Amino acid sequence: MVLLLLTLVFVILRVIPGDPVLLHFEKNVSSEAMNAMRHELGTDKPLLNQYVDYLWGLLHGDMGKSMIDYSPVSQQVMSAFPATLELAIYSTIFAVVLGVLLGVRAACRFNSAQDHGIRAFGTITYALPVFFLGMALQLILGVGLHLFPTGGRTAIGMEPVGCTIGSFHIATGLYTVDSLLEGNLLKFATALRYLVMPTVSLGLVICGTFIRMTRTNMLETLRLDFVTAGRARGLPNRLITYTYALKNAFLPVLTMIGLQFAALLAGAVLTETTFSWPGLGRYLAGRIGFRDYTAIQGAVIFFGLLVALASLVVDLLYAYLDPRVRL
Amino acid sequence: MSRKLRFESLATGGASAWMVVIGGVTILTVVMMTVLSHYISPFNPTAINVGPILQPPNSRFPLGTNHLGEDMLSRVLCGGSVMLQVAILSVVICSITGVSIGLMSAYVGGFVGKISSLVMDSIYAFPGLVLAIAIAAMLGPGVINMALAIAVVYVPSYFRVVRSQVLTVKELTYVEAARALGAKSRRIITRYILPNLLPSVVVVVTLNFADAILMAAGLTFLGLGVPVSIADWGWDLTYGRQLMFVGAWWVGGFPGFMIVVTVWGFTILGEGLSELLNPRLREMV
Repeated sequence: MVLLLLTLVFVILRVIPGDPVLLHFEKNVSSEAMNAMRHELGTDKPLLNQYVDYLWGLLHGDMGKSMIDYSPVSQQVMSAFPATLELAIYSTIFAVVLGVLLGVRAACRFNSAQDHGIRAFGTITYALPVFFLGMALQLILGVGLHLFPTGGRTAIGMEPVGCTIGSFHIATGLYTVDSLLEGNLLKFATALRYLVMPTVSLGLVICGTFIRMTRTNMLETLRLDFVTAGRARGLPNRLITYTYALKNAFLPVLTMIGLQFAALLAGAVLTETTFSWPGLGRYLAGRIGFRDYTAIQGAVIFFGLLVALASLVVDLLYAYLDPRVRL
Repeated sequence: MSRKLRFESLATGGASAWMVVIGGVTILTVVMMTVLSHYISPFNPTAINVGPILQPPNSRFPLGTNHLGEDMLSRVLCGGSVMLQVAILSVVICSITGVSIGLMSAYVGGFVGKISSLVMDSIYAFPGLVLAIAIAAMLGPGVINMALAIAVVYVPSYFRVVRSQVLTVKELTYVEAARALGAKSRRIITRYILPNLLPSVVVVVTLNFADAILMAAGLTFLGLGVPVSIADWGWDLTYGRQLMFVGAWWVGGFPGFMIVVTVWGFTILGEGLSELLNPRLREMV
């Protein structure tokens, strides 16, 4: 699967008509300079050789050199990754919690005004372009009410450095985690304040799927015999709904988290650009403007690998939560 | 199923039927507005200095003016054409491609079926917008290139639905009977299998429209859209973002609202149709 993904990216970026070097320079330099760049990047070799070099390089963590500053793309990608990971984690938590709570509520009040309202909310959030929602939040909560900063990852001088235990320096690159490791609550609170608007924008856009999924599964689960038996024994409604029924209805939602991870990363590109969040998405969007094709390729591959990894993690979690599944 | 029965199921469909009606009316309104925009818009949407710059909504310019003094009402009325063109073109390309590959994969089966499934699954697993960015960046800006980039991303949605349906339908007794009577593969596919796929494909098409418009807006936001000389909701929204910080919310606000309304229309039409025609389909798309 991973090999197929990598091949797919290679085919798209190398086989589609369009020479990266020609596109990069827009015919503004001499053919010698273009040939030198082609030689430097290896795009003058036969396609099969390029493919083997590309896979071999990836095995060694080498994604080539940037066409702008000639520094290794893998380094740039890795330094941008923690910001995206942090945004992805918080957005997923926000989307799942909100989606599941609203989904359960809609299922419990099936066919009522609340149910229809929650479903309408789900379809409207799905229809919102994430950057439009981000802009609205920036305008209202940032510019208007001054509640949250409109962009960036943290205030200047508030970047956490992690902690040092003995001769080991521990820093995850996730600002909320690092600030806690450092024991600096002010830095933690600042990082959280910067996280709120990007997290809410991205989370709201993907929560519609979780609402629908939870609602459908809860409706099926609430009709099962064990729920009726629980009710007959006089167990409190809240206990039945949130403890027994939700536990059963949550497994398909978990699968959905894995599937939605790809949508989340796609949304992250736009969210990061909107909020000047220095992650992978903004790196990719920024390199489009510079026509830096090796960087674009590196970022795209990295996104692909992340999706493959996420689906693996979800499969393992699924097997852990549902003992009937054997890997 | 007789026509009368179908009508009755629509009439008694409750919430789903209403979703179809509201979604359909919304889309029809947006399409009519775009088609008739040249007749109903008060100004030329790309004529600069028709009024003072950055005017908030007022009686002369109901939706205000932008930084070039262009009338926003005219731009909003005309601006849907790029998005709709991209969406229609991409939906046509990927539905034809996806349905054909899906049919072939399921009908022929064997090695071809396995390989096509693998390739489609790997495209499906990829973050759609990222893949579209990669393709659009290589092809360059423009309506056709945007449509192509979006089409590649959505081919697997058609493929998955068509393949799973064909695998079921081709084993049914009436297809077996047709084969026993000596019908050729082409006739079996076109006369016996394809009509069965239509309801599912229609649902995927509507949902695909919604996604294509969102993705076209996303690509434009990242600078991979159409040239700036054309009135386009995506471009106005992108540019309006910078003007929002100086208080001119109407430049990006109204085009953004139109994108939301259009995508919402297609989404609820798709959801309503999927519940009416095929309740299990939604999980596969």
